Amino acid sequence: MEIAYFLLLSLSAVALAVAVIASRNTVHSALLLVGNLFCIALLYLSLAAEFLAVVQVTVYAGAIMVLFLFVITMLNPSNEEGPNRILNRLPAAVILSLVLLVAISLVLRAGVAAPIAAMAAVSANNVEAVGAALFTQYLLPFELTSLLLLVAMVAAIVLAKRRI
Amino acid sequence: MLVPLSYYLILSAVLFTVGVVGMLVRKNPLVMFMSIELMLNSANLAFVAFARNFGSVDGQLIAFFIMTVAAAEVVVGLAIISSIFRIRPNIDVDEVSSLKG
Repeated sequence: MEIAYFLLLSLSAVALAVAVIASRNTVHSALLLVGNLFCIALLYLSLAAEFLAVVQVTVYAGAIMVLFLFVITMLNPSNEEGPNRILNRLPAAVILSLVLLVAISLVLRAGVAAPIAAMAAVSANNVEAVGAALFTQYLLPFELTSLLLLVAMVAAIVLAKRRI
Repeated sequence: MLVPLSYYLILSAVLFTVGVVGMLVRKNPLVMFMSIELMLNSANLAFVAFARNFGSVDGQLIAFFIMTVAAAEVVVGLAIISSIFRIRPNIDVDEVSSLKG
């Protein structure tokens, strides 16, 4: 049952991802990426990461992709040149990517031997566990990311102004 | 019956590879950015799968920070693309080559 859920979600995630990079309309690519992010959020649910699933939908699909769509609408790029340019580079890209996929798979298969029985140690409330770790053990990265977001905000405003 | 860890890792590797192909093949910088998001999401999925496997919540926190960094990166990257587009109408990455020696 869980494997059927996983297979359904993973097949749709991969299909949506391929459609993102294959679509010639940029708006279609953005919307297909939203679908892909939603599939990954559902996969997070099956991994007992409820907080991260909700954050993924809210932040990634809800904020980042909306920003993408704003910029796409504002720039309104023309659709890509015909398939010739893409098809010229596609064989080399696919071969290199398959080499990468084989390399990653070899590394992952060699290093994965831990049992799943350790899952019993996870707290029943995922949000509570994430919060407890975020504000004690990961406090420094938390503060640093707040600084990072401030820097990103200032950078975006400076870059987007007409005159400095 | 839990889904084995290797299934999630293979899915993460496949999504990463799709992102790599997207980066190599497309020349619209917005679609290249979306391929970067695909790669970041595949890494997030691997982290969360490992977190479930080892019973700790650290992987989920690292995925949370990756999401934050991805948000900041998208903001700055799209601002750069917008300011390039203000100067020249064609934003294909092959055309933005005035720094090329």
